[in-house]
Amino acid sequence: MKIKGIAQAIANAIAQEMERNDRIVVLGEDVTYWGAVFGFTQGLFEKFGRRRVIDTPITEQTFMGISVGAAAVGLHPVVSLMFVDFLGAGFDQMFNHMAKNYYMSGGQFPMPVTVITAIGGGYGDSAQHSQVLYSLFAHLPGFKVVIPSTPYDAKGLTVKALRDPNPVVIFGHKLLTGLPFLPFEGTEEEIPDEPYEVEFGKAAIRREGSDITIIGVGLMVHRSLKAAEMLQKDGISAEVIDLRTLVPLDEDTIIKSAKKTGRVLIVDEDYMSYGMTGEITFRIQSKALKDLKVPIERLAVPDVPIPFSKPLEEAVIPSVNAIYEKAKKLV
Amino acid sequence: MIIKPEPTLKDLQFILEENRIKASDLLEMYRRMVLSRYFEEEIKRIYNQDKNPFNMAVGLIRGEMHLSIGQEAIAVGTLYNARDEDVVISTHRPHHHAIAKGVDLKKLAAEIFGKVTGLCRGKGGHMHLFDKTKNFACSGIVGASFPQAAGAAFAFKYLGKDNVAFAFAGEGASNHGTFFETLNLASSWELPLVIVIEDNKYADSTPKSLTMATTFHYQQGLANNVLSYLVDGMDVVDVYITAKKAVEKARRGFGPTLIEALTYRYVGHFEGDTEEYRSKEEVEFWYTVDPIRRHENRLLKLGYADEDKLNKIKEEAKKEVSEAIKFAIESPLPDPNEAFVGVFA
Repeated sequence: MKIKGIAQAIANAIAQEMERNDRIVVLGEDVTYWGAVFGFTQGLFEKFGRRRVIDTPITEQTFMGISVGAAAVGLHPVVSLMFVDFLGAGFDQMFNHMAKNYYMSGGQFPMPVTVITAIGGGYGDSAQHSQVLYSLFAHLPGFKVVIPSTPYDAKGLTVKALRDPNPVVIFGHKLLTGLPFLPFEGTEEEIPDEPYEVEFGKAAIRREGSDITIIGVGLMVHRSLKAAEMLQKDGISAEVIDLRTLVPLDEDTIIKSAKKTGRVLIVDEDYMSYGMTGEITFRIQSKALKDLKVPIERLAVPDVPIPFSKPLEEAVIPSVNAIYEKAKKLV
Repeated sequence: MIIKPEPTLKDLQFILEENRIKASDLLEMYRRMVLSRYFEEEIKRIYNQDKNPFNMAVGLIRGEMHLSIGQEAIAVGTLYNARDEDVVISTHRPHHHAIAKGVDLKKLAAEIFGKVTGLCRGKGGHMHLFDKTKNFACSGIVGASFPQAAGAAFAFKYLGKDNVAFAFAGEGASNHGTFFETLNLASSWELPLVIVIEDNKYADSTPKSLTMATTFHYQQGLANNVLSYLVDGMDVVDVYITAKKAVEKARRGFGPTLIEALTYRYVGHFEGDTEEYRSKEEVEFWYTVDPIRRHENRLLKLGYADEDKLNKIKEEAKKEVSEAIKFAIESPLPDPNEAFVGVFA
């Protein structure tokens, strides 16, 4: 089937897994009428009804706790955290319980919970509705962190998450959803009708190149690909890597590419300090230092909240042009 | 009103008859309370023996230690109504609930000692006890039990089972947002949930009166259309009878119940607590309504047991406790490599 954006692909994956596994229930704010606002649960209510697709009160802490308790009894809740920015209101149940109960219980209580949340700015929603924050989850042991950038991956990674006995958080970028009320920077593509899995911990090389490696996830993959096209015109061959999952992380692919090109730019829509860019940089320098021709560079949100006004927002979220300029300087 | 007046023998007989409580039930409740008391007294002794000057990091038992001595009647009275498959989510003060739910005493002790033979292979410790076989779990985070028990109740309802989930919490925890959120949600969804608030008067060192605008938590339950009771938490019979109503209602699909049980912890919030926030007289008063001694007197008064029989139960409980402690002490510590495995299933 032809699918535009990741939202429909995620919803399609959930629907097919719900048909296969009646232990899967969908919970969260507005998951029925609005399909979790960003479309990740669109059509599920019509198909499965209120018994399995359930609107909760606006109580992040409590519905995250509900999913912890339900998972302990054998269900597989799919929980919508509408915007990742709202995680503060529910984080205790996520990081102290959902992420730790398996370990703390000595392996007695797996926590098969799939949390789906919307990330990213670029459309003027300001500081409390535009963050990315996946590094917070990646920092805490116990979560698998999934960031699809294409419809094919979105479906395959979601199917994988729904068959995983661990808590998996899927971060869907709003500008990749394909919804009519948002700008779209993603892709429309033909994907298999039947369910399939995309492995966790396997990065995708979206474009092969020999002069520089550009590493990103989600929206930044698409912007990096556009920047790579611009670089091509300057005679620079850029390799673009889509990590797909931050936990588990495909270190091998990153190291291999860094060794090949000797130049690395890491692009991130999350905050700069103590985040994903620092982590990847460390991993590369620890295993490929001798192969690096120049120091590793990074582009990320420069440790400010995402501002509202258009020029301000564009100044902090890495743009195609910013990636292009930064990459060019490295070569 | 702090505690209910002691019923006359005739009233007591009537209450027992009306609720079909047999002598064997009362004796079993007695045994579980005694087991919990002895277990914790022994834990207290061993915990403190190597900690002079006080240092949480040293000794056979490390970390914080929150004991429930004085609160046994609530755990036993409530969970005497529970089946193995029913879920219990307890708190940072979890031992009495675990014992009342029937968690293996040896494994429980071994976990508290951080041994590989413990419930969680030494990864949980005293505040994070998990037992899949008894569907028992707890959390060291205040207010965390409410939504998790509601989630288990949701799962039971979804799966068409007549099981019940129990959330235990202290009166301090019920100032947490999760309490109100869960009352509202469990009431809206008619979940088979029993919430038990153990009001032992102090949230750590802070008296309830300083932090709560209403006097009783059952008022907060009623505000959310949750059937709510206030019980004498020092009376195992009062707790049992009320919990029985709540559990039967939940099993039949008629939704959640809140039980507020007035009680007292004879020991500090944690071991090492100097307890200057409460008077000696106050503590002494509450010893006059000790749930175990009170129950013991009733058993004697009713003629369900004589001194010999009670002594025998006590001796057996002591023996069980010392065997559990012995098992814990003699068990090996985990291999350090164990720390690095088991993050993901």
